[in-house]
Amino acid sequence: MMIRLFAALALIAAGAPAMAQGFAGLGTEAEGFAAPERGYQFEFPRDHLAHPQYRIEWWYLTANLTGEDGREYGVQWTLFRSALAPQAGAGFSAPQLWMGHAGLTTPDAHFHAERLARGGVGQAGTQADPFSAYIDEWEMRSTAADGDALDALSLFARGEQFSYRLDLAAEGPLVFHGEDGYSVKSAAGQASYYYSQPFYAVDGVLDLPGGEVAVTGTAWLDREWSSQPLSENQDGWDWVSLNFETGEKLMGFQLRQSEGSVYTYASWIEPGGSLTAFEDGALTMTPLESAAVAGREVPVRWRVELPARDLDVEVDAVFDQSWMATRFAYWEGPVRITGSHGGRGYLEMTGYE
Amino acid sequence: MIWRVLLTLAAHWRRHAGQFATLFVGLALAVGLWTSVQAINAEARASYDAASAALGGAGAQRYEAVDGMPIPVAVYAALRRAGWAASPVVEGELEAGGAVYTLTGIDPLTAPGSAMGAGGDGEGALALAFITAPGVLLAAPETVEALQGEPRLPPVEASAQVEPGAVLTDIATAQRLLGLEGEVSAILIDPSRQGLRPLDAVAPQLAQAGGEGDVARLTNSFHLNLTAFGFLSFAVGLFIVYAAIGLAFEQRRASLRTLRALGAPLWSLIAAFVLEAVVLALAAGLAGVLLGYGVASALLPDVAATLRGLYGADVGGGLTVRPGWIVSGLAIAVIGALAATAQSVRRAAAMGLLASARPRAWARASTRRLGLQAVGGLAFIFAGLAAPELGDGIVAGFMLLGGLLLGAALLLPPALALVLAGLQRAVSGAAADWFLADTRQQLPSLSLALMALMLALAANLGVGTMVGSFRATFTGWLDQRLAAEVYVTARDEAQARELRAFLETEADAMLPIWETRRELLGAPGEIYGVADHATYRDNWPLLTAQNGAWDAVAAGEGVMVNEQLWRREDLRLGQAFPVPGGPELSIVAVYSDYGNPRGQILIGIDRLTELYPDVSRLRYAVRTEDPDTLMEAVRARFDLPRGGLVDQQSVKRFSLSVFERTFAVTGALNVLTLGVAAFAMFASLTTLASMRLPQLAPVWALGMTRKTLARLELARAAALAALTFLAALPAGLALAWALLAVVNVEAFGWRLPLHLFPLDWLRLFALALAAAVLAALLPARRLSSRPPRAFLAVFAQER
Amino acid sequence: MLAKLHQVTKSFGEGETAVRVLDGVDLEVAEGARLAISGESGSGKSTLLHLLGLLDVPDAGRVEIDGEDLTEAGDARRAHVRRSKVGLVFQQFNLVPSLTVAANLALQARLADRYDADWTQRLAERLGLSPLMDRYPEQLSGGQQQRVAIGRALSAKPALLLADEPTGNLDEETSESVSDLLIELAGETGAALVVVTHSRRLADRMETRLTLSRGVLS
Repeated sequence: MMIRLFAALALIAAGAPAMAQGFAGLGTEAEGFAAPERGYQFEFPRDHLAHPQYRIEWWYLTANLTGEDGREYGVQWTLFRSALAPQAGAGFSAPQLWMGHAGLTTPDAHFHAERLARGGVGQAGTQADPFSAYIDEWEMRSTAADGDALDALSLFARGEQFSYRLDLAAEGPLVFHGEDGYSVKSAAGQASYYYSQPFYAVDGVLDLPGGEVAVTGTAWLDREWSSQPLSENQDGWDWVSLNFETGEKLMGFQLRQSEGSVYTYASWIEPGGSLTAFEDGALTMTPLESAAVAGREVPVRWRVELPARDLDVEVDAVFDQSWMATRFAYWEGPVRITGSHGGRGYLEMTGYE
Repeated sequence: MIWRVLLTLAAHWRRHAGQFATLFVGLALAVGLWTSVQAINAEARASYDAASAALGGAGAQRYEAVDGMPIPVAVYAALRRAGWAASPVVEGELEAGGAVYTLTGIDPLTAPGSAMGAGGDGEGALALAFITAPGVLLAAPETVEALQGEPRLPPVEASAQVEPGAVLTDIATAQRLLGLEGEVSAILIDPSRQGLRPLDAVAPQLAQAGGEGDVARLTNSFHLNLTAFGFLSFAVGLFIVYAAIGLAFEQRRASLRTLRALGAPLWSLIAAFVLEAVVLALAAGLAGVLLGYGVASALLPDVAATLRGLYGADVGGGLTVRPGWIVSGLAIAVIGALAATAQSVRRAAAMGLLASARPRAWARASTRRLGLQAVGGLAFIFAGLAAPELGDGIVAGFMLLGGLLLGAALLLPPALALVLAGLQRAVSGAAADWFLADTRQQLPSLSLALMALMLALAANLGVGTMVGSFRATFTGWLDQRLAAEVYVTARDEAQARELRAFLETEADAMLPIWETRRELLGAPGEIYGVADHATYRDNWPLLTAQNGAWDAVAAGEGVMVNEQLWRREDLRLGQAFPVPGGPELSIVAVYSDYGNPRGQILIGIDRLTELYPDVSRLRYAVRTEDPDTLMEAVRARFDLPRGGLVDQQSVKRFSLSVFERTFAVTGALNVLTLGVAAFAMFASLTTLASMRLPQLAPVWALGMTRKTLARLELARAAALAALTFLAALPAGLALAWALLAVVNVEAFGWRLPLHLFPLDWLRLFALALAAAVLAALLPARRLSSRPPRAFLAVFAQER
Repeated sequence: MLAKLHQVTKSFGEGETAVRVLDGVDLEVAEGARLAISGESGSGKSTLLHLLGLLDVPDAGRVEIDGEDLTEAGDARRAHVRRSKVGLVFQQFNLVPSLTVAANLALQARLADRYDADWTQRLAERLGLSPLMDRYPEQLSGGQQQRVAIGRALSAKPALLLADEPTGNLDEETSESVSDLLIELAGETGAALVVVTHSRRLADRMETRLTLSRGVLS
């Protein structure tokens, strides 16, 4: 009976901004929303939870895993929050929309799933004590007995053809990008709050169409929130999180601007957790090879250079077709690293049309 | 060779364009009606499938609170957190500008069928305006006008997809407008998901609504009904095709023989006939499919209304072209034409090269053949009657219908022959004698058209009687059931108390209508409490009851059950009935409860409040001498919720309008079928007219004027139609009986008494006569204006 | 020999009511022959013609056309021989009512795939049908219809022209002209002509006259 009602909905949808643009159209004006400021003092566990007065926010976890079968796997678990108005609200009228993305990549397949929910009714959101971020039955839940809530997590998501359940234990501290967690996203000054926990050791089980696989590996959690992280002339980004065999890590991204130039940033993380921020221009990312993915050309092999750290590596997708065919579609999957440093990591690319 | 033969045979059509038109139009009509029914069925089924497939593929079912009350939002959240594909729905009545609209609120992010809800592929676009305060109301264009200018309502947008009278909006908007914050009316859940915490553990307070919930299954009987109608139309159309092809064969018999004498081999003749039939069938079939599309488009809104009226199933108003029904239309055209050609081919093959070249009646009926037909007819009737004994369910019901109709049709020609023979013995006078003899002689050629007419008449009578009986019963039942003049619903307990106090003095009586939803014998049902009052004793429509039934109910010792529950569970009077959460009470009466898909029981009001102390006590039936004044007084004094004050008349009006819409399609199909039958009659008479000259010429020579002959032709058509109607009458009544006593019980769960409507018969009789006379008019006019030379030529050509 | 009946026997009916209409009949038709067969009504002369024209099969004996024994031949073979070598003219004309004169005239030639437009046109002229080509049979007089039938029978230039009471349905004057045309045209095309007739006048114009009586030809 609902099918018709939806056809009706689609009618007025034509003239209105789509929800997808609520996520993709990040470069639009943010009236009434709070804006990130330099010198912000993070406070936990408060800042692990949602910030409804900011327009967008995410809990973004990627994991490079190896199965008992010796194969490489990648797992993505993401919870997005998008606010229609800068308050929490209650009930179905709460102006907070939530979106969950789950991805699971093998060397020859990629699975994804998506969930949508409204805040205010208990279907999706975050809670403290224990910390939990959830949408439907998907959940990222703290299992830490003491210390930071993110020190130990259990993670679950499920799609039509797959599910995974992982246990994560942090082996290092939280790290804060940019200027102590204030991450500038353009020369014009757009910024977000951005911190990570890149030191997870993982073990868990993947449930694939072919059966269950026990896995171990590493994971990286990003927390970021903002009200306007992109400037209007930026139409996509390329982002990597790289774990080198030396124990060092790199988080880097380039924001591609309409006129062809890029804005880059890199965080170099020592094995002990100290972080060096490299501002625009220090990092270069050069596409080496593209693949046809979902009807478009997407670079699946990159050269990543950070001369200041003698880094010159090639980053190569484990599976070219790691396409998240979700409402707001993008490429996200595990990569192998060769060159001056070896290792594994994750690559995310948006804005390729 | 075959091409040459085909061209030679097909040349016949150029000289007999009317006959060709008959054949073409007959086939197109048959295919058209068949296709329209198929298209409608396919559309409806696709709607159900789409609705059920959208949520996880296996089908979303509607769940409601067992007690019929709103469901806390937390239940919904718990279901989602447990992994169930669930989506909330809020429903209520929206009053605006003095009218009441049904308001439905949905959550576009999770609703089944929404591109938003079904994750993965598809470009779902969600209107932010829809889910952002103040929200948007979607309504049909005609409803939009009525809603605009209501200051408390959000902006209204027109949408052709929303039914008139309905309003669609976001769930948050609906909650706000209905005052239902924190609650939902129902939750759509796909119960087929595996590996989750069981539904009854996550949300024990929910039960699947409507018992079966599966709309497709509920509506199956209706679609079978439509299909049966489609088949009937096709059968009638096939009679036309069969008659036309048969006549065309007879007329070309001489040409066939000549062609063979000239050296055309037999196989080429047969191939030519088959090829001709296939080409014709494809062309006429295509026209029929187009026609069917038109008819289906015209009928679909009625069908949608019927399905909504009967089952609450929603079907869109637009028709999609689907290969399924196009192919089925063409296939049935080809099969039908080939079946009609088969006889011609067989005769062509059996025809000797040297058989008499004199044309003979193409379907000369020997006594033996009529006898065989009579035996066949009886066999069909008995097989039909045996069907319900052998198998259960709606299919057996329709086999009964089919057997009765086909049997009656087969019996018609032998019965007519008998009647005419009897009349001939009874009358004296040369003219009358010749008239009857000539009619008998024509009977074989006309019998197919008459059978078609009889099928259509019987179907008309049967369905008309069924609908009429239903209407008569239903209105009578409404009168009884809605005995109270005014119905009020209070906003809350406090207001109910005030209302009671007020009405104590103002009204004659105030009877509680308190109900609760519980499982009755394993299926969702309703329990009503009734006060001990004359209103019930005098009016409540009981089908069967024990002595002192109302006393037993008042004393809390007896229970009355509705007919649906009674039939479904095969209950008996005096049997103990387990009232949920209470003692077993004796069944003291059965009452009719049309239009209710659920089982229902009545117990004493005291028993109800004792067993279910939390039952909502807000609704009352009010008896008064002067409903208008009373309603005015109540309205002035109390702020009742929307729909909280209704008078008996508007409830009846509404119920009857639902009823009329429900049977709108049936009426339309009835008229169409009769039209096809009239066309069959016209076709047969027109074609026959050209072959009748040799039979009329001698009578003319003997001194009967052409005008008299033409009048007699008209009289003959009328007489045959009248006799056919007389034969159709018992067949139609038998059909009505089968519909009421067998098919309805299977489809709806209630049995209706048979009412007779002689005035309707008279109308149909006049219609049949008019159709027959109209069909005979053109041939008769031609006859009366034929020059004498044409009559003389008969003698010149006949040796 | 163009056509040959050898010891042909044919009966109608069964048992005691059976009538043997042909009893060991021998007949030879040479190319270009003119042959009249007469006899009383029911003597079996039409049957004889039907056997020659391959419209019927004998109970016993043989039927040959152009030296080919067609007694046991299948329908397709018989039809083939019939349309290419035999022309038939009936008492009842037996035109196809739904075809025009022109189409009727050309019908057999077209069936036999031997259509010759010039020849058909010549036939039409010779038969005086040229102004009537677009009419339908029912719009023609009996004599005109029979002329169409003669033309149709000759359209495929058959070797054997069989006519069954060709003037039986015509008045005396018309009979005369139809007879003339039949004989003249048979002569022009070189077709052998076998006429079954009880008309003395027509029989007298044939080279050979045979009489069938009690199943025997003499």
